[in-house]
Amino acid sequence: MTDAPLAPPRRLAALLSRRPAAGRARSGALHRFLRHRLAVAGLAAIALMLLACWLGPLLIPYDQLFIDIRHRFAGPFAGPHVFGTDQLGRDLLVRLLMAGRISLTIGFAAMALSTAVGTAIGLVAGYRGGLVGAALMRCVDAVLCFPSVFLLLALAAFIRPNVVTITLIIAATGWMEVARVVQGQIRTLKARDFTLAAELMGASGFYVMTNELLRNAVGPIIVAATLTVARAILAEAYVSFLGYGIQAPVASWGNMLNNAQQYLGSAPWLAIFPGLMITVAVASFNFVGDGLRDALDARVEL
Amino acid sequence: MARFLVSRLAQSLLLLVLVSVIGFGVLHLAPGGPMAQFALVPGMSQAQLAEIAHAMGLDQPLPLQYWQWFSRLLVGDWGHSYRDAQPVLAVIAARLPATLELMGAAIALAVLTGVTVGVLGAVRRDSAFDVLSTAGAMVALSIPTFWFGLVTIYVFSVKLGWLPAGSRATVGDASLWGYVHHLIAPACVLALVEVAVWSRYMRSAMLDVIDQDFVRTARAKGLPERRVVLHHVLRNAWLPMITLAGLELPTLLGGALVTETVFTWPGMGRLFLDSLGYRDYPVVMGILMVSALLVLIGSLMADLVGAVVDPRVRLD
Repeated sequence: MTDAPLAPPRRLAALLSRRPAAGRARSGALHRFLRHRLAVAGLAAIALMLLACWLGPLLIPYDQLFIDIRHRFAGPFAGPHVFGTDQLGRDLLVRLLMAGRISLTIGFAAMALSTAVGTAIGLVAGYRGGLVGAALMRCVDAVLCFPSVFLLLALAAFIRPNVVTITLIIAATGWMEVARVVQGQIRTLKARDFTLAAELMGASGFYVMTNELLRNAVGPIIVAATLTVARAILAEAYVSFLGYGIQAPVASWGNMLNNAQQYLGSAPWLAIFPGLMITVAVASFNFVGDGLRDALDARVEL
Repeated sequence: MARFLVSRLAQSLLLLVLVSVIGFGVLHLAPGGPMAQFALVPGMSQAQLAEIAHAMGLDQPLPLQYWQWFSRLLVGDWGHSYRDAQPVLAVIAARLPATLELMGAAIALAVLTGVTVGVLGAVRRDSAFDVLSTAGAMVALSIPTFWFGLVTIYVFSVKLGWLPAGSRATVGDASLWGYVHHLIAPACVLALVEVAVWSRYMRSAMLDVIDQDFVRTARAKGLPERRVVLHHVLRNAWLPMITLAGLELPTLLGGALVTETVFTWPGMGRLFLDSLGYRDYPVVMGILMVSALLVLIGSLMADLVGAVVDPRVRLD
């Protein structure tokens, strides 16, 4: 290979590499996951973020809705407001953390919903096959023809936006990939001998689907679910940024950016911090998903 | 080949029907529906509302309404905008070129950069460049497009003053440079996610080929590494990328909507948002259908071209 002349940077490569060093490969999914340094960092970042968002606001002496007109546009890293204040003098840090509660809650809830729906549809389509399976999968293809941002906005514009409805909409536009992953997985598992054995023993279709097939497809589903959290957080940010998501005065990372564009010249920190939070959160879930993919040996590509 | 073509076309037609059912369902079953804009007009009585609903055919059973709507769709009668009574197709056609221009520029940028990064990463597998570009691609996939747009405006327009902060051209300046100057920032912003996707796929496609026997043979007969990579590996690795181009269309269109909003680019995405604000139901519906159609046609073309140029694709 062409590796030879690149000796020095290899140390950096080894430091970040997700490939286990040759000859030292050990069994065990946990072990493989822990070798994936970026995934471990992502997991730590998620834990830290959850902790900060739910405990942090209790420790900060400002309320997210407290308006202090005399101290509007206070810059970050100077004075009592660590991340500065917004156009109404509200503390940006506390708003970021409260917004994080909303954004992360929507991310997890939408993931749970779309994973459940996608798994159910993929399971039935993969196990039944034939006309039913084909019909279900063509429906998946048809929904995927719509760019998800367009579909999200069209749905969001016609409802009264709050945390519950936005979660439902994001789940409604995010189950298709999970369905595809599960369907593919179930189809290969169905051809295996243990499925035939269970059917010969007289097990019902439901039993075979849940106890034989679903159990063996847990790995890919976990990976797909992790990547779906990342997508859901992004989706919330898009809809809220465009004004059809979570509405003021409730803060979400997306709607904090909604107003930031007009103050870009005078108060850039209003745009920078929420965007950084979204990027870190989404990247963390993506890295964890990537690590789980290697650890659980699941070839999932969303 | 003919059989493949026919079955693929039949599949696309079936998808088209399903897509239209979904689109129709989404906007009709949503609370408010097409009557939402009239219900908001002050002084409108129930009787008048019912009359309008009757005139628009909204009191007929849904399947019948769908059939009438779909058959008009097929002959190009997409209804009229509530806002200015223009035909929907004309309204969309006026905005589509700007969107296609933006998307075209972004695709060109993304393919060039993404393929280069992917090829270099695969050739120097596990090098610092490979590891950093792989991690970088993952981060790029996690950055919200609109935020990247805001940061770009802040750095290059507000701070440095190198690029205009929005719109497609300066009034009174019709020079080519004027257009290109306005295109640079939005095209780069839209391309970011695609660069990440393309480099990841290109890298793994290269790695699928690079360890095969014919590559070793090429090296063994003494070909220079450059020739091996470009003529033997890349030539076999880039063909599956054609299909990727089709798969990426929905993402690209969605990204275009957001990019157009941030950069006040007068394209279809901004028209969509404006129409949503006015509850301009026919235009929203039309854009939803046009974007799904673009995706359908795009993936069909990608599949066909892929099958024609790649003899390894099995046609069944």
